[in-house]
Amino acid sequence: MASSILSVSQARLEVLVADYQREVVRRRRQSLLVLAVLAVLIVVAGRFGEVDLKNLIDNISNFTSYFSRILPKLSVAHFGADVADWYWNLTGWLKLLLDTVLIAYLGTLIGAVGAFAMAFLAATNLAPSGTLRWSIKRAFEFCRTVPNLVFALMFVSAFGLGPLAGILAIAIHSFGTLGKLFTEALENIDMRPIEGVRSTGSRFIEAMRFGALPQVMSTFASYTLLRFEINVREGSVVGMVGAGGIGQDLFVAIRKFYYTDVSAILLMIIVCVAVIDLVTERIRHRLSGQDTGR
Amino acid sequence: MTTLRMPRPDDATALLDRHRGLFNNEPRQRAAALAVPLGFAAFTVFAIWWLDIPFSQIGPGLASLAKFIALMFPPSSGGHLNLLLTAMGETLAIAFLGTLIATVVAFPISFLAASNTTPHAVIHFAIRRALDTIRSVDALIWALVFVGVVGLGPFAGILAIAVSDTGALGKLFSEAIESTEARARESVLASGGTGLLAVRFGLLPQVLPIIAGQILYYFESNVRSATIIGIVGAGGIGLQLSEQIRTYDFDQVAFAVIMILITVSIIDWISSKLRFAIIGRRAVA
Repeated sequence: MASSILSVSQARLEVLVADYQREVVRRRRQSLLVLAVLAVLIVVAGRFGEVDLKNLIDNISNFTSYFSRILPKLSVAHFGADVADWYWNLTGWLKLLLDTVLIAYLGTLIGAVGAFAMAFLAATNLAPSGTLRWSIKRAFEFCRTVPNLVFALMFVSAFGLGPLAGILAIAIHSFGTLGKLFTEALENIDMRPIEGVRSTGSRFIEAMRFGALPQVMSTFASYTLLRFEINVREGSVVGMVGAGGIGQDLFVAIRKFYYTDVSAILLMIIVCVAVIDLVTERIRHRLSGQDTGR
Repeated sequence: MTTLRMPRPDDATALLDRHRGLFNNEPRQRAAALAVPLGFAAFTVFAIWWLDIPFSQIGPGLASLAKFIALMFPPSSGGHLNLLLTAMGETLAIAFLGTLIATVVAFPISFLAASNTTPHAVIHFAIRRALDTIRSVDALIWALVFVGVVGLGPFAGILAIAVSDTGALGKLFSEAIESTEARARESVLASGGTGLLAVRFGLLPQVLPIIAGQILYYFESNVRSATIIGIVGAGGIGLQLSEQIRTYDFDQVAFAVIMILITVSIIDWISSKLRFAIIGRRAVA
């Protein structure tokens, strides 16, 4: 019956509308409150951050002209020679870029192996000891909160300039982040396979190997690949404090205003990161595909 | 009562026959299982050789590292407590304003970069690549550039974080927009709403909680990155920290690191509370 759709009485309708209005007013008031808090925070932060819009407007032309200056002058007439001029130090930079990738690789590997060994002891559902679990979790937290560059600076002081400091800094940071991710993955597994293996009288290690590991292996691998990708980017930064890789050259180029060198090195890093992105994304998709296929 | 029955020898062979795949790996499978770790090992050896890692430095290095750690105790502010607190405030201001500016800039851009709201496929592609490019340059490098533009100080740090996060947030926002359901938007359009109204009432309610969660997450991570940005002179506690490491004032390094740890854990706690309030406990995991 068509009339039954509109069978709400006038009084009931008024109540509903009033309710609706009250709800709208309440939400408006809430949004206003959030906006007011944000505004206060912006003002306070602006004071602390020495925000100077006039300075920005005055100098924004520097920013745009910076980009026009770092771009190389390429002409169609002698394109090859111009590119060769732009990348005058191509072999040197390629070597340094390879350095950076290898630093990231070794750092990720060490961090991942350490995190892998510790994560089983840190997961709430698996850990054999409470105090051990607590201290490992705090260690993960420490390693991922202390900035990468602080470790890099300290290691450069201790081990001298060079890739060793970079590898160790990246390894420690990866240990912290991967440890957290691995532990969370382990805390989400199905406990039944582990009970099954335990019921046959096996010890901790066997229960982990045959009960837990098969469930998390592909997740672990994909997190590690993702971390490697991030570490390649970080690797170009730790180089700035002398911990090896292409960062040092980039830092010098920016500081000494070797404009076209800046764009040349940046372009190499961007392309390298993009390629690694693509490759690891492929592998990660295959890994997660396998996971659902099982 | 049933007794446990041991498999008889002929049972065992029957079992083996039935599950041959489980017990007898194909030679190719075995080779593949072996090849992966071997490949990693070979690449590791190559990396160590290529980087020419000085193993002889590890011993003395660890010794001096132990010395540094011994010097860290007891941590001391070195009489610069006010300076350090101001620097920490600066760090928080950099992270907050940087994230805020990045959000404000990235939000409209992300609609152009999402395949379901973009006006044209070419714009979608171009903006995606531009965001990728911005993202692959680290915040520290942006900081170096901005120190050249607006001079030394936290303002350069704010701009650096704003730019590098515009790339990251733009990508995340556009992915959130792409994963929305089209039905809500279509129903607004069907009842005569304009495209803008469809986005406001059909799309925004779906993406806002996701976006808010991501913004909070990036704010947390920016507090961490703002602690180091000072190393290149872009404000925050990084300047003091790097100076103290260079001058071997390790008791002050320890003090600054402890300050960072405490601040970061407070911020993490607040923002996880906020996140739970916005998107509920379930969606976080």
